[in-house]
Amino acid sequence: MSEHFRLSGATGRAVRFVFDGVTYQGREGDTLASALLANGVHLIGRSYKYHRPRGMLTAGAEEPNALVAVERGRGRMTPNLRATQIELYDGLVATSQNRWPSLAFDVGVINDVAGKFYSAGFYYKTFMGPKFAGTALWTRVFEPIVRYAAGLGARPTDPDPDRYAQFYAHCDVLVCGAGPAGLAAALAAARSGKDVILCDEQSEPGGSLLHETTATIDGRPARVWAEEGLAELKAAANVRVMARTQAFGWYAQNFVALSERVADHLAELPRGARERLWQVRAKRVVIATGAIERPIVFPGNDRPGVMLAEAGRIYLNRFGVKVGSRVVVVTAHDSAYRVALDLAAAGVTVAAIADVRSMPLRARMQEAEAAGIRVISSATVTGTKGRRRVSGVGIAQVGGDVVGGTDWIACDCLLMSGGWTPSVHLYSQSRGKVVWHEDRQMFLPGASVQDERSAGACRGSFTLEAALSEGDRAGAEAAGIETARPSFAITGEAGTEGGVLGRLPRRPGAKGKAFVDFQNDVKADDIELAVQEGMRSIEHVKRYTTTGMATDQGKTSNLNALAIAAGKLGRSIPQVGLTTFRQPYTPVTFGAFAGANRGDLFDPVRQTPIHSWAEENGAAFEDVGLWKRAWYFPKPGEDMHRAVLRECRQTRATAGIFDASTLGKIEVVGPDAAVFMEKLYTNPWAKLEPGRCRYGLMLNEAGFVMDDGVIARMADDRFHVTTTTGGAPRVLHHMEDYLQTEFPDLRVWLTSTTEQWAVIAVQGPKAREIVAPLVAGFDISKEAMPHMSIREGTVCGVPARVMRVSFTGELGFEINVPADHGRAVWEAVWAEGRKVDAVAYGTEAMHVMRAEKGYIIVGQETDGTVTPADLGLNWAVGKAKKDFVGKRSLVRPDMIVDGRKQLVGLLTEDPAIVLEEGAQITATAAPAAGTRALGHVTSSYASPALGRSIALAMVAGGRDRSGERLYVPMPGGAIAVTIVDPVFVDPKGERLDV
Amino acid sequence: MLLIHCPYCEMDRPELEFRYGGEAHIARPADPMATSDETWAEHLYFRSNPRGLHAERWRHISGCGRFFNCLRDTVSDRIVTTYKAGEARPEIDRGAA
Ligand SMILES: [Zn+2]
Repeated sequence: MSEHFRLSGATGRAVRFVFDGVTYQGREGDTLASALLANGVHLIGRSYKYHRPRGMLTAGAEEPNALVAVERGRGRMTPNLRATQIELYDGLVATSQNRWPSLAFDVGVINDVAGKFYSAGFYYKTFMGPKFAGTALWTRVFEPIVRYAAGLGARPTDPDPDRYAQFYAHCDVLVCGAGPAGLAAALAAARSGKDVILCDEQSEPGGSLLHETTATIDGRPARVWAEEGLAELKAAANVRVMARTQAFGWYAQNFVALSERVADHLAELPRGARERLWQVRAKRVVIATGAIERPIVFPGNDRPGVMLAEAGRIYLNRFGVKVGSRVVVVTAHDSAYRVALDLAAAGVTVAAIADVRSMPLRARMQEAEAAGIRVISSATVTGTKGRRRVSGVGIAQVGGDVVGGTDWIACDCLLMSGGWTPSVHLYSQSRGKVVWHEDRQMFLPGASVQDERSAGACRGSFTLEAALSEGDRAGAEAAGIETARPSFAITGEAGTEGGVLGRLPRRPGAKGKAFVDFQNDVKADDIELAVQEGMRSIEHVKRYTTTGMATDQGKTSNLNALAIAAGKLGRSIPQVGLTTFRQPYTPVTFGAFAGANRGDLFDPVRQTPIHSWAEENGAAFEDVGLWKRAWYFPKPGEDMHRAVLRECRQTRATAGIFDASTLGKIEVVGPDAAVFMEKLYTNPWAKLEPGRCRYGLMLNEAGFVMDDGVIARMADDRFHVTTTTGGAPRVLHHMEDYLQTEFPDLRVWLTSTTEQWAVIAVQGPKAREIVAPLVAGFDISKEAMPHMSIREGTVCGVPARVMRVSFTGELGFEINVPADHGRAVWEAVWAEGRKVDAVAYGTEAMHVMRAEKGYIIVGQETDGTVTPADLGLNWAVGKAKKDFVGKRSLVRPDMIVDGRKQLVGLLTEDPAIVLEEGAQITATAAPAAGTRALGHVTSSYASPALGRSIALAMVAGGRDRSGERLYVPMPGGAIAVTIVDPVFVDPKGERLDV
Repeated sequence: MLLIHCPYCEMDRPELEFRYGGEAHIARPADPMATSDETWAEHLYFRSNPRGLHAERWRHISGCGRFFNCLRDTVSDRIVTTYKAGEARPEIDRGAA
């Protein structure tokens, strides 16, 4: 088969391509759609729900039917591409979708016969409610079938090997659309010298002028006018002309997103990016996005070979392809007459023009009849024939309410035009409100919200003269030019009047599927059923029927759906409402949005200065925020449980060394530093002596714990503040907020020092033996350096701040050294540690040991609703302080009420059971449904020190329940627990005092 | 993405550099302990949430780090003006938004 439907004399280099395993010939410059049509192939896919055969409906981005997958090697499979936009290259391989086992024979077509199964709202009716939700019947039988049968393409299975680039651009005037209005706008703006970007989604700019063969502009053929204008724009230094570039999204302040296809049309993939995402900030925007032709709603309007009329003209005049050999035109609009005339002139038989209007324009009828084409007025379509391609159309005439007898006309292509819908998508995305024009039966742009203006067909101006002068004026205005504007002399243009909305007249009780939304397989009957079942607004109808919710977002269907719903409701179209247009206008690849942010660049990774040592010593890591933290250090043959057990036991036996560098650190400095600390933390600070540390508790203004940490006073005017690992940015932001806006008179400066210090914690009875040989300049003996103190000096000759603190309940030191020296000092500490059999331990052992001591972790024991009193931390709240952030809230009635959840310890009756964190706690083993839980488990571990499981929990009135037996109901049965004190190890703190 | 004018840097910068900070001109009472439960609850939780011009705080967190105030139209998302923390809310006709 070789291009039987191509006009003779076609130029363009011949190329070969494969569709569904068959090799065809096409031409350079073709789309996949035009090349298939040149070979007489209309059948290109199966529909979403009914698996009905479908063909090309359009010639552009609005195409609902002709979705295909293009495969070009591993990882390069792109589904759901519109064949009408895929540019042909030598060796292109495309496959149809939604068919099994083959396009010609598809078993899913059973859905078409069993059509009731898929009527409006069937998902809601069939699968909602306790009868189905979550049942095995649903998850094993229906869901897989529905998902398989109602799929839309297949996803790629390999990672995408391509690169995607992201660019920012700024311009004075952005023109979206390069048809007559857009070209005129860009020319006017460009001539002013302003920076202009002109973008168009097609492979070449020109829009409707690309297939205009009869009209002239100022005495030149329209296409020549376009070519000359384009040449001028391309030559201008202040203009960027972007083809294959879809303006798909409009955001605040004229921020417009463009997606540029760089590589997909090339036979040889270039080395650079496949696509570019442009984020354009434009001072002014001209919207020149044209209009989309509407299908007509009649039975069988979805057969392959039934197309929009203008598409027939585009394929003929732009691609040299005849859409059929015997064509019938059904129209409500004058423009389709030009289509018929062009086809007839090219030697295609036009069997009839069936005009649904009772009085078509006399001039149009005369032109048609002069070309030997029969015109039937007051026409309606009663049905179509043909299996995989239309073979005939039933035309009847309507008199009053009566539909006459059907006249079957044979054809291999049926072209239809219900009129034109202005593309107001971008205007609507710019937050403009469209206005319904009853006389013209159209939604058109209303007042501007952002600095934009629409020109041409997208604001309902369909004549070439109007498009050009509006474009010219809009471009001049956007560029700030105030000179008189030229006029344009036009001849030979197609008619621009007419239009019909909703379904065509039919006989009472007439059957047949009349489609409104082709991509989602929504019929006129579905929309009427939705109204009958109580849907009143188009938003409800849309969700109930899924009309307009496919990947084409109803570009060809929204207005017909709206008209049918309004007709059934007996209300006007604006009363039923238009759904909002959302970004993106056409689908955009995930790759374009991801850009370079993938793999290692997806998210920053924070590593401590000691990370490499942990890695070399076999640490398993866990993610804590962006940090990688050493989790545990397994020896050969050890699992996590055994490693943690060993790390905990050895730490309490001799010593453990822990990388605490991720702790947040903030240096609070200034004459008013202590005053500021008094305001921001619950504790008293004024009298804390330099060289001493204190556990600090930070509340938000609502009185809830937001962070904690050990804080050291370095000098009268200097504090070394530590925060939780994840909390540092939040704490600094909170401090800055109060400092800048509530206490701006305080002379205090805040500096994040988290990454300046490496922190090495040495914990355990032998900690002092390890640290002592490395220290110079201060004494770390028990007498000279008590618990909760800090000293400055050197460690391994490096300036250091050493704190005597503990998060394990053992004697402990935390060595802060400049980050660059972190690993060297760690290795020196490790060498000393080896002498006493110390271990390196990770975050898991750290968690276990602190839970054994009942030390809380903010974010684990707390959830943003917990007060100091709830945690038993009232000792950390300065009673005598007049004010601190959160103080007033602590005496609000809700905060002092009885029965608040309080921190307690839990012991399971079976010591082997480790509770699940987050599990609920109840008073009885089998509480009645709806019983409120008393609390929940916050931390739970197997404790090496106790040789049994332990847990921390928040329980209502918990401290008064000591010794009480409660239950943790789980799927396998309730677990009995006893409430105990949350400090499991060394409650008197004797191990700290050594 | 909004372009926001930082009154300290005196530059229009992309929204990514900023962090929202809630309604502006909510002053913390000088002596919180002297307020009634009701007044304090109002201070903590009650916000004006207007349709139209809204005075709100932003922080140029990835820039100069300063908190400032901003008048934004909550319907159109349009920023009418920004001004330094501590300055009075500019008298702007609501229609101008
Ligand atoms: Zn700034």
